[in-house]
Amino acid sequence: MADGARILVVDDEPQIRRLLKVSLEAHDYRIVEAGSGQEGIRLAALEKPDLIVLDLGLPDLDGQDVIKRIREWSPTPIVVLSVRADESDKVAALDAGADDYVTKPFGTAELLARIRAALRHTVHAVAGAPVFISGDLQVDLEKRLVSVKGEPVRLSPKEYELLRLLVQHAGKVLTHQFILRQVWGAAHEHDVQYLRVFARQLRQKIEADSARPQLLLTEPGVGYRLIG
Amino acid sequence: MPDNRSDRDSRPSPDALLQAAAQEKRGRLNVFLGAAPGVGKTYAMLEAAHLRQRDGIDVVVGVVETHGREETAFLLRGLEQLPLRRVEYRDKVFNELDLEAVLRRRPQLVLVDELAHSNVPGSLHDKRYQDIEDIRAAGIDVYTALNIQHLESLNDVVAQITRVKVRETIPDAVLVQADAIELIDLSPEDLIRRLKEGKVYLPEQAARAVHHFFAPGNLTALRELALRKAADQVDSQMLSHMQSHAISGPWPTRDRIMACISASPLMPRLVRNARRLAARRHASWIALYVETPAHDRLSDAEKTQINRALTLAEEFGAEVVTVAAANVPAEIIAQARQRNVTEIVVARSHRSRLVNRLRGTLTDRLVEAGEGISIHVVTGAAAQESWLGVMRARLEGIRWRGLLPTGVISLLALGVVKLASPWLPDSSIPLLILIAVLLCALRHGYAAAIFSSVLAVLGYNFLFLPPLYTFTITNPENIYTFFVFLGVALVASNLAARIRAQAEAARVREARTASLYAFSRMVTGAASEDDILWAVVHHVAALSKAQSLVLIPDAGGQLAIRAAYPPEDHIDEKAKGAADWAWDRGEPAGRGTGTLPSSDWLFLPLRTAERKLGALGVRFPDDAPPLGPDERRLLDALAGQAALAIERTILNKDIEEARVSAETEKLRSALLSSISHDLRTPLSAIIGAASSLMNFGDRIEAKGRDDLLVTVRDEAERLNRFVGNLLDMTRIEAGAMQPKLDWVDPEDLVATAVKRAAPLTTGHTVEIDLQPDLPLLRVDYVLIEQVIINLLDNAAKYSGTGAAIRLRLRQLDNRLELQVTDRGVGIPVTELDQVFDMFYRVRAGDRQVAGTGLGLSICRSILKAHGGDIRAESPVADGKGTRMIVTLPLEQQPVIPEEKVIHG
Repeated sequence: MADGARILVVDDEPQIRRLLKVSLEAHDYRIVEAGSGQEGIRLAALEKPDLIVLDLGLPDLDGQDVIKRIREWSPTPIVVLSVRADESDKVAALDAGADDYVTKPFGTAELLARIRAALRHTVHAVAGAPVFISGDLQVDLEKRLVSVKGEPVRLSPKEYELLRLLVQHAGKVLTHQFILRQVWGAAHEHDVQYLRVFARQLRQKIEADSARPQLLLTEPGVGYRLIG
Repeated sequence: MPDNRSDRDSRPSPDALLQAAAQEKRGRLNVFLGAAPGVGKTYAMLEAAHLRQRDGIDVVVGVVETHGREETAFLLRGLEQLPLRRVEYRDKVFNELDLEAVLRRRPQLVLVDELAHSNVPGSLHDKRYQDIEDIRAAGIDVYTALNIQHLESLNDVVAQITRVKVRETIPDAVLVQADAIELIDLSPEDLIRRLKEGKVYLPEQAARAVHHFFAPGNLTALRELALRKAADQVDSQMLSHMQSHAISGPWPTRDRIMACISASPLMPRLVRNARRLAARRHASWIALYVETPAHDRLSDAEKTQINRALTLAEEFGAEVVTVAAANVPAEIIAQARQRNVTEIVVARSHRSRLVNRLRGTLTDRLVEAGEGISIHVVTGAAAQESWLGVMRARLEGIRWRGLLPTGVISLLALGVVKLASPWLPDSSIPLLILIAVLLCALRHGYAAAIFSSVLAVLGYNFLFLPPLYTFTITNPENIYTFFVFLGVALVASNLAARIRAQAEAARVREARTASLYAFSRMVTGAASEDDILWAVVHHVAALSKAQSLVLIPDAGGQLAIRAAYPPEDHIDEKAKGAADWAWDRGEPAGRGTGTLPSSDWLFLPLRTAERKLGALGVRFPDDAPPLGPDERRLLDALAGQAALAIERTILNKDIEEARVSAETEKLRSALLSSISHDLRTPLSAIIGAASSLMNFGDRIEAKGRDDLLVTVRDEAERLNRFVGNLLDMTRIEAGAMQPKLDWVDPEDLVATAVKRAAPLTTGHTVEIDLQPDLPLLRVDYVLIEQVIINLLDNAAKYSGTGAAIRLRLRQLDNRLELQVTDRGVGIPVTELDQVFDMFYRVRAGDRQVAGTGLGLSICRSILKAHGGDIRAESPVADGKGTRMIVTLPLEQQPVIPEEKVIHG
C-alpha cells in the first residue's frame, strides 16, 4: 500500500473526476486532475505522478496516443478506464503501454485493487520478492518451487514459465499476445489455443475448483490475471 | 378529333368540359385565314401584333415570311425577331423556326407564319402546327396565318377548283382548336390587281397555273370556301359553348354516317366527303371495312390503300370498324342496321364493266337492300379497273413455287390411273383424276388449281380420249366430256383453293388471337416487373414480327432499356428522342407518327390514368409496309395491358412496403414503451433512494441506510445491463454483429459467466456440471459469455428463490451442448418458440416479471451468427421448469505440441 502516492486523473467528465477524487483521497492518495488529453500529458510531465488513471474516451486525443506519448519518457503505471465491448481498445491500450484497465461503470473497490496492484509493481520492479503467496498458492521464484496448500506441485516447463510470468505481474492483467510472446516467442504471438490449453492445465493443478477459479482469472477478450 | 356529342340533352358533355378546361391553360391561337395567297394575311398579322405590343404585351416574331414585299418587311420593324434555326439538309441550308428559342424566351405572344409549313427532316416535329402546339402548351399565345387550301378536308375541293394540288395540308382539328379566326378577305378584283402589281407570292406549282388559279370564278369559289369555313368555326364554337354549359340546343340529329372502305382509288375522296357530310349533319361517323376471304389476294398496293383510308378516317374522327364476312353488301347493311346508320357513303365501283354486268355493283345491291338508309355514291375520274390490270395484279400474286409439285402430282396421278385403267370403269376415270386436282388445289392455292386442272384435262385427252396419245378428239361426245371435265375441274379446284385460303386466314387470325390471349394471361399472372417486361417484349416481337423493347425510367428519372427482344441495350439519339417524347407526352412518336417520323422505331407510351410508366418501342424491318390501323390498335392494346400490369406490380410493391413499415412501426412502439418502462423503473428506485438519503438520511437507521445504498447500486447495475442489452440489440439489428472468433476454453466461459452473473443469481445456487476434457471452441468470447449470462439471468428470474439452476456442458459428436435448467414456472408449450422473439415476455400468473424481453432474442442472434442454435424445452419435471439448450459447432481442434513434464 503506497500511502500518499500521487495520482493523476485524466477524464473529461467532471462527475467521474469528483467521484475519483473523493474515493481516492479517502485512501490517502493525493489527486491531480486533468480534463483533457493535452492537459494530461502536460501535467504528467510537470507533476510526475506515481500513477495515472486515464479515460480512453477523451475528446481531444485518442487514449492510445496519450499512452504512447507518456511512455516515450515515463514508465509511470497507467490504469485506463474504458467502456465494455471495446475489448480491442483495451488490448490496444495494454499493448501501447498501459498496465491495467477497469471497465465502466466500475465499482471503486475494483479500481482501488487495480491501482494498488499497479503501484506495487513499481515498488517491487527492481527487486522482486522471492516468494509469492496468494491464497493457497506459494511460488518460490528463486528455487523454482510451486506448492498448493503446502503440497508441491509438478509443472511442465511451459506451465512454470506461464506461472512465473503471471506472478511477476501479479494483480495486473496481461494480454494474450504479451504472454504468448514472453513464454512461447514472437512467432506464436497469435496462438491463443496454447494459452487456453495451458491455462486449463495450470488451473487444474493450482486451483481448488478449476470451474470456479480464484487465482488465475480470465479477462474475456483481453488476457489473464493472477490474483495476488 | 372525336365529336363532342352527348346523347343526353342537358348534361355538359365531359369531352367539352375537358376541352374547355384544357383551353384555359394553353396559349391562345389566332389564325389569320385567307382564301388565296396575296390577300394580306401576314400584313394583317403584323398589324395586330403591333397593336398588342402597344398594349404592353411582350410580342416576339418567331418566323415571318415577307417574300420580299416591302410593306410587310416594314411592319417587322419595332418587333423583336428571334433568330431562325439553320438546318442543313441535302446540301441546302434552310431557315426554320427555332422552337427551343421561343420556349426559352417565353414571350406572351409569338408570331409564327405559315401554319401549314412542313419542317425540314431532322426537326423535332414533322409540321409547324405541331411546333405551335408545343408553344401553346407552354402558355404562350400564337398568331399564325393560313391559306384555305391547306386544310385537309378541303384539299381535294380546292384542287378541283384551282387544278393545283397542294401537298402541305394540316388536319382540320388544328383549325378547330384555334381561339379566333380572322378572315382576311379581299375581293377577287382587288386580288387580281395586286397580282398584276407583282405583290403576290405564289408557290411553285401555282406559278405554272397562275392564270387559271387567279381566274375570277376560282377566286370567288375559294373565297366562299374560306367564308364558309370561318362560319363553321363560329358555329362549332357556339356549340362547344352550349355543350360545356349544358344548354340544350336543337339536337335533332340522330344521324349517323357510314363510309364503306374498299380498295378503290377513290378512297381519299370518299373519306373526306364522308367527313364533310358528318360535320355538316353534326353526326358521328363510322368507317367500315369488310374483310372478305379475297383480302389476302389483294396486292400490297391495294392493302396499303385500304390501310391509309382507314387511318385517314380515324384521324378525321371516325370510328373504324373492320369485320370479316363473305357477302359484302349484306354485311354492310347488317352493320348499318346494327349501328343505326342513316346514311351510307360508298365509292363508285372500280371493277371492270364486265364484272359489274355479271355481278351487279355494290351500289345497286346496297340500294336494293338498304331500306330507309340514304346511299351516297362518290364518283370520280379514277380509271376503271381493266381486265388486263386485274390479270396482271393477279399474276403478280401467284405462288410459283407451288406449281412444280402440282405438276408432278398431276402427272403422277394421270400415270397411275392410266396403268390401272383396265380394271377401272370408264366413268370413274375423270373423277379419280379430279381427286388429284383437288388435292393440288387444297395444298397450293388458286394458281395450282388452274394449272392442275388444265394439266389434268389435257392429260385426260391425251391418255384416255380416242385417238389415244394425241391431243385431238374425234368423237363429238368426247369433246363435250372434255369441256365439262375442264369446267368441273376449274370450279372444284377454285372452291378447294378458296377453302384453303379461308383456312389460312382463319389460322392467322386464330394465331393472333391466341397470342393476344396468351399475352393477357402471362401478363396478368406474372409476378415481378421483370417477368412482365419480358413477356411484353416477347409477345410484341412475335405478334408484329418486329424488334421490340421497353423503356422504363430509372432512379434518376431517365428512360433506360429494361427489356428487349431480340436483346438490345442501345438505341440511337433519334429513337431516344422519340421514346422520351412518347413517355413524356403520352403520345406515340417515331415511325409512322407526326413526331420524329424518320426514326426506325415506333414508340407507344406506357401509361395508365394514374401515372406515366415508360415507353414501348417497336422496330419493323425496313421493307415492311406501314402499320395498318388494326395492327396499331393491337399494339395499343398490348401497350395498355402492359402498362396496367406494370402498374399492378408497382401497387403491389407499395402495399408490401406499407405493410413492412406498419410492422416496423409496431415494433418501434413496442421498443419505445419497453425502454420507457425499463429505464424509468430502476431510475426511480435510484433517485428515490438517493434523495431519501440526502434529505433525511440522518433519520434513517444504519441498516436502512445500507439497504437504500444497496438499492441504488443494484438498480444502477440493472440499468447498466438493460442499456447493454439495448446496445446489443441495436448492433444486431444494424447487422453489425460480427463475432470476433478465437480459441476459447468452454470451462473458462462458464467460469467467468457464472461469476459475472453472480449478482443476478443471488438467492439461487448454480450447479456446474462440466464434462471433463472438453474441446476448445472457436467463438467470440464476450458474446457467448453474454449468452450464458442471459440464460442464467432468465433462469433466476423465473425460478422461485432458493431454487437451483443447473448448468451442464457436454460434447455431442461435432457439437458442444450447453444446457441451463431451472425449476421455475416454465413456458407454455405453444410459446416455446416465441420466447425468442423480441420483447416477448411470458406472463407468470399476474406477476409481470421485470425484464426487457430482449435477452433470449439476443442469445438467438448471437448463436445464429456463430452457426449455432438455441431452443427451449418445458416442462422439465413435475410439470415445471425450463431447459434452454444451446448448441455450438465444434471445429477441428488445433494441434498443441507435446512437452515433457519435468519436476517443477
